[in-house]
Amino acid sequence: MDILNALVVFLNFVFIPGLAYGAQLALGALGVTLIYGILRFSNFAHGDTMAFGTMVTILFTWWFQSMGISFGVLPTALLALPFGIAITAAMTLGTDRVVYRFYRKQKAAPVILVMVSLGVMFVMNGIVRLIIGVDDQNFADGGRFLISAGDFKTMTGLAEGLAIKSTQAVTVVTALVVMGLLFWFLQKTRTGKSMRAFSDNEDLALLSGINPDRVVQVTWIIAAALATIAGVLYGLDKSFKPFVYFQLLLPIFAAAIVGGLGSPIGAIAGGFVIAFSEVMVTYAWKKVVTYLVPESMAPEGLLQLMSTDYKFAVSFAILILVLIFMPTGLFKGKSV
Amino acid sequence: MKKLLLATAATALVAGAASAQDVKLGVLLGFTGPLESITPAMGAGADLAIKEINDSGKFTLGTASAVRGDSTCVDAAAATAAAERLVTADGVVGIVGADCSGVTGAVLQNVARPNGIGMISPSATSPALSTAEDDGLFFRTAPSDARQGEIMADILSEKGIKSVAVTYTNNDYGKGLADSFGAAFAAKGGSVTISAPHEDGKADYSAEVASLASAGGEMLIVAGYVDQGGKGVIQASIDSGAFSTFYLVDGMYGEALIEAIGEPLNGSFGAVPGTDSEGAAKFQEMATAAGFDGTSAFSPESYDAAALILMSMAAANSTASKDWTTKVMDLANAPGEPILPGELGKALELIAAGTDIDYVGATAVELVGAGESAGNYREYEIKDGTISTVGFR
Repeated sequence: MDILNALVVFLNFVFIPGLAYGAQLALGALGVTLIYGILRFSNFAHGDTMAFGTMVTILFTWWFQSMGISFGVLPTALLALPFGIAITAAMTLGTDRVVYRFYRKQKAAPVILVMVSLGVMFVMNGIVRLIIGVDDQNFADGGRFLISAGDFKTMTGLAEGLAIKSTQAVTVVTALVVMGLLFWFLQKTRTGKSMRAFSDNEDLALLSGINPDRVVQVTWIIAAALATIAGVLYGLDKSFKPFVYFQLLLPIFAAAIVGGLGSPIGAIAGGFVIAFSEVMVTYAWKKVVTYLVPESMAPEGLLQLMSTDYKFAVSFAILILVLIFMPTGLFKGKSV
Repeated sequence: MKKLLLATAATALVAGAASAQDVKLGVLLGFTGPLESITPAMGAGADLAIKEINDSGKFTLGTASAVRGDSTCVDAAAATAAAERLVTADGVVGIVGADCSGVTGAVLQNVARPNGIGMISPSATSPALSTAEDDGLFFRTAPSDARQGEIMADILSEKGIKSVAVTYTNNDYGKGLADSFGAAFAAKGGSVTISAPHEDGKADYSAEVASLASAGGEMLIVAGYVDQGGKGVIQASIDSGAFSTFYLVDGMYGEALIEAIGEPLNGSFGAVPGTDSEGAAKFQEMATAAGFDGTSAFSPESYDAAALILMSMAAANSTASKDWTTKVMDLANAPGEPILPGELGKALELIAAGTDIDYVGATAVELVGAGESAGNYREYEIKDGTISTVGFR
């Protein structure tokens, strides 16, 4: 019986990684859900928008590093982030101007826009690979750990260590700040209100004099900012690889749909639901249980529900369950 | 019009004549993919042998040349297509490759056997390939992982390690190695707490590491690739404090790993195919002179594979695969005059004179069973950020 050690193991291997991953997914899902709510299509290019934004940020980070600019214990990438967002926003606005606007004028069906976004995805896929290559890029610098496992052990005298990477802390703090700003913007500002009005009822919004072009532009800028921030945080915490960002599209969409497409609160909740279920269902609970139960009852097996290979299967099983029993998601979004 | 026709006919003739003297070897390695950091030195090893054969002027069948193909290491369809191109479009008469076990099996069954082309792989180590149908066309200068599993069990039990966790890359190579190690380690009285696969090409391995850590063990055996999941698992283990020492299998050998992980890797150890034979040293020298790293994994094996193919052709006096593949075992094994790297010219002379040779090469080649290397391993340890050799087995 050793509740403290069990708690530390749980925090170290389940809670903290899940929290960081969940925050990254939530930011990604927010972008998807905004586009879906306001522009009314599923933007498949979102994963590659993340890759593009991260790539630009990495290039700026390298430039700053070569000039000797650093951000102390924080990663230099945070300084480069605004530049990444600006260029990514310019890129999404440009894409909208060249590609999406044409289909919007034609009042194309949503499924056509989805296919168009698939095309945009492949183009961006290629651009990112051409510019930065297909390899892993590690661009995290600054302090590596808030607390390392070894320090924690000596500090507390416990048998188990707790490691908090500085990138995990940065991820969670940044995500909270960004989410706070977004909700403030949507609830309190005039532009935010007009965006929500446009999302609720397009015709009524147009009649009341809301400028649709402006709403669309602001949406793209916010989506680009969210994508870049999510991508950079993910890259800092793990590593940047274009192919991985392309794969991230799946859990991000799962998160957005589970939470309810079009609902920002839902996107955040969905992100954490997906992240924690992926980690918890595939975790081997042996160590935690061994600490909790008396020695005589210590488990022989690993107490693992599913091998970690099935991580993605977990998010999709949840997705299917939600779609069958609550088609509009946990937070009453639009039905798919 | 007439002139044009004449010109094309003439060009065709010239081209035809040129190709009659060309002995093309396919070098089918994963120049992109999980092994891309070691394949350049492997390709250079094969090129070195080909150059040496040509420079000797004793190779009477024509001018040997290498045509490279990309096996990608992991994508069987892409590797098969690349091999098909080498055989049908480039007209290669033998293949040095492929590199990874899965794609090697695919190329053997889909291209080599249907077309009757012989292949010698420098690095495919899956035990499954020992029993694969090969029509006598397949050899390897790398040992089967059944042997590596035993070596790993030996090293660990000599260090007094009793329980370990194992993670392997989810393919033929990783699974085969993890299984053979598990069996060998159990026979020595050790226990494997968990043997869990990981997928390559993911950014995040914290869930995998969480399971490994929960199962526990004195250290973690990483049977993966240095550019891929193996590196990710080690990084995540160190970050979360799950494991601090690692056993690195042959696919995990590389300077790139030390560069990526840095100091925490000190104290980890492993073994990689290699020998302290005279041939190995000689090959190192030749590699350095040719401007590549001869200690890179499987580079000497690639040299031996290319050298064996060309010498077998000389011995059979034919470039047809059905002829030269019958000579490989004779040349590679005793009895006969021992041949080291750099002595390929001498070997060709001896072959022409009808003297039996025993090709020792860069890796002390001794082919056993169905034509695979008996296997010599170099045990190493990572100290102060460098790879230092502990001994040979």
